[in-house]
Amino acid sequence: MGQQALNGVFVGSIYALFAVGYTLVFGVLDILNLAHAAVFMLAAFSALALVADAHLPLWMALPLAVLAAGLIGLLLERLAFRPLRGRADSNISGLISSLAMATVFEAIALQLFGPDVSRFPLGTFPDRLIRVGTASASLLQLCIIGISVLLMALLTFLLARTRLGRRLRAVAESPRAARILGVNVDRTIAAAFFLSSALGGAAGVLFGLAFNSISPDVGRSVELKGLAVIILGGMGSIPGAVVAGFALGLIEVFTVARFGSSLRDAVSFAVLFVVLLARPRGLFGQAAVREA
Amino acid sequence: MTLALDGVERAFGGVRAVDGASFTLVKGEVHGLIGPNGAGKTTLLNLISGLLQPTGGKIELDGRRIDRMAPHRIAALGIARTYQNIRLFSGISAADNVVVGQHLRRRAPLWRRLLVLPSARAEENAARERARAGLARVGLEARAGERAVNLSYGEQRRVEIARALASEPRVLLLDEPTAGMNRSEAAAVAQLVREVAREGRAVLLIEHNVRLVMELCDRITVLNFGKVIARGTPAEVGKDPAVIAAYLGEGA
Amino acid sequence: MRDLLLAYQSLIAFVGINGLLALSVYATLSCGQLSLANAGFMAVGAYAAALLTVKAQAPFIVVLAASALAPAIIAVPLGLPVLRLRGVFLAIATIGFGEVVRLFFVNWDYTNGALGLVAIPQRTALWTIFLALALALFVLARIRGSRFGYALEAIREDETAARTMGIDTTGHKLAMFVLGAALAGLAGGLEAHFTFMVAPGGYGFGRVVEMLVQAVVGGTAAFFGPVLGAAFLTALPEVLREVGARLGFAPGPFRLFLNGAILLLVVLFLPNGLVSLAGLRRRKK
Repeated sequence: MGQQALNGVFVGSIYALFAVGYTLVFGVLDILNLAHAAVFMLAAFSALALVADAHLPLWMALPLAVLAAGLIGLLLERLAFRPLRGRADSNISGLISSLAMATVFEAIALQLFGPDVSRFPLGTFPDRLIRVGTASASLLQLCIIGISVLLMALLTFLLARTRLGRRLRAVAESPRAARILGVNVDRTIAAAFFLSSALGGAAGVLFGLAFNSISPDVGRSVELKGLAVIILGGMGSIPGAVVAGFALGLIEVFTVARFGSSLRDAVSFAVLFVVLLARPRGLFGQAAVREA
Repeated sequence: MTLALDGVERAFGGVRAVDGASFTLVKGEVHGLIGPNGAGKTTLLNLISGLLQPTGGKIELDGRRIDRMAPHRIAALGIARTYQNIRLFSGISAADNVVVGQHLRRRAPLWRRLLVLPSARAEENAARERARAGLARVGLEARAGERAVNLSYGEQRRVEIARALASEPRVLLLDEPTAGMNRSEAAAVAQLVREVAREGRAVLLIEHNVRLVMELCDRITVLNFGKVIARGTPAEVGKDPAVIAAYLGEGA
Repeated sequence: MRDLLLAYQSLIAFVGINGLLALSVYATLSCGQLSLANAGFMAVGAYAAALLTVKAQAPFIVVLAASALAPAIIAVPLGLPVLRLRGVFLAIATIGFGEVVRLFFVNWDYTNGALGLVAIPQRTALWTIFLALALALFVLARIRGSRFGYALEAIREDETAARTMGIDTTGHKLAMFVLGAALAGLAGGLEAHFTFMVAPGGYGFGRVVEMLVQAVVGGTAAFFGPVLGAAFLTALPEVLREVGARLGFAPGPFRLFLNGAILLLVVLFLPNGLVSLAGLRRRKK
């Protein structure tokens, strides 16, 4: 039981980290950025390329890949979202244009890395098993949990205590009011994208390390789980994404332990549907989900 | 025909947007609903048309409770409305907007159209003719083919009224129909409202143009902070100290 | 020479099939709903058709009818709760549905799970596909301009206002949701009997994105817009194949890249799709 819980927390920490980025953009812009998973994937490949081809040590490659992801996020915002601001149907057209970018990113990854699974070279991370109570975890797993939690804590701190955080919250509340109050809305939204993609990228790198199986469609299944997480947590709610991420990880692990692995992906969708039909705003969400 | 509101309440969290409102609306009457901004007038219209559910009290049309019904069913009972923020279908023409308004009055089963029957074509032509006539009634026949988004503010309001009338309603709810209009436009709308009432329809009119309301309405209900603070003929309401106080507070 | 003809026949067939799929997405877009369920509906139709042929040797017309009916029937209980959700939540719920369907078939041993069914006899001819497409176009054309069609436009423009005009918005949205499901299922059945096989991999999220791209690029202002988009995006990678190869692109990524780039350009600069390029506007009455 303890082992399962640990595994659940491990998987959940990655889901939570990924979902936090997803929900951040939704909270600020009211748009679902479906290119988030593609950034996740590109970050994983970047880390792989830095380690395997540029021979950088992991502790260097990781932050560089995360930075790259953040920059891709800035590009994404400038290219696919900013031009649509102010259009009446901007949520739907934003969604579609993010799909377009995701497709382009996937095409680039396919061209550069091929469709097959790539792996980190042996010895990228020391292979050590550590005892945690009655369970055992690899050093890698513990580090991943630690890094995820640290990044999420940093984001929470940033949002609550810094000026940028105040600006982000203001824009999330009402872009028009924020602008009147003197907030540079464009730059704040760009910052949101940078942060969101950096976190998504971090999740990608950690995922790549954790499962050591990186391919251009690796973002696909995580993306759909990410959707389940943000729906469960409540769209736009960061604490919601964190809680729901860990919750989904635990639910998944326990379901697999009880019913076998073929149900693993089905669990997220079951959660998704149940939430959407029973309590669409999720655990902590506030967005009006139903029509009037 | 009677539309009766009895102790209607609508709370949002702790705020009572409408707090125990009661009044009736009868056939052929022009009934004004006035009050300072935020008094709950539009909320009341939303409650009557079914876009919101009351958290207390009831709304009855000819003795039948309508306050838990879906908006499209309430509309089918003969209640039509316009909106404070104008909700025209901006991508389509003025005439098309009015044709949509006829939805409840058209008998146009889809299979006739799929079989390309001449009766379908005849019905559509009739609908378009009626739309044109409806626009002519508000003086906009010349603008029939224009996309709604290209019309002026006042023209859009008039199209909205034509659209609401297209369903031949028993009750017409108008939310600030003359806002942004100049004197002559507003007078034309007032004239139209009189005619509509003479046709036997009931009109509930939210307006900020107090002079218009006093001239036009048979009875007036005054709201402030969600409560009815006065009721009666324009003469009675105009003299009511509570009303004067409420408006002086606003700086009428 | 024969190989060349065969290659073109395949292209033409796919233009038709993709046209049907793009129209199926358009069905719900026309009343303002972004539904991404149609790859799932396509899978249901394809598998139903394949099973009827392979296990029951049913006549082709029955097979095709089933491929349209099976997803249509499923669409009703799915649509009722899901269509009440606002924009992006509807999109997410329908993405979820599509995945559930795919996972179901991946795990269903009766149909060989992830491997799917093969050796389905080729019963689809080009004329079958284009007859189906013509029928679909006819129905959609007749809907436009009818009382039903006016209601759909109203729902797309302002659902709240439409409600207060007596339009049963849920009923209308459901009808188009079901129509879209039937069209997608029919396309699935036709495709299965053209490519000899059905497998879950062909009906994933990528497939519904492709359908959406074609509908949007073609343009939803006119009922034939999606077909235009399907034709354009199906043929373009073939036409540019030489160019792509010369530039050093592998064909798979190249096609994906074109899809994405063109979609982005269209959304940004030509939001009403290719249809608006030709200067066509909706009929004014």
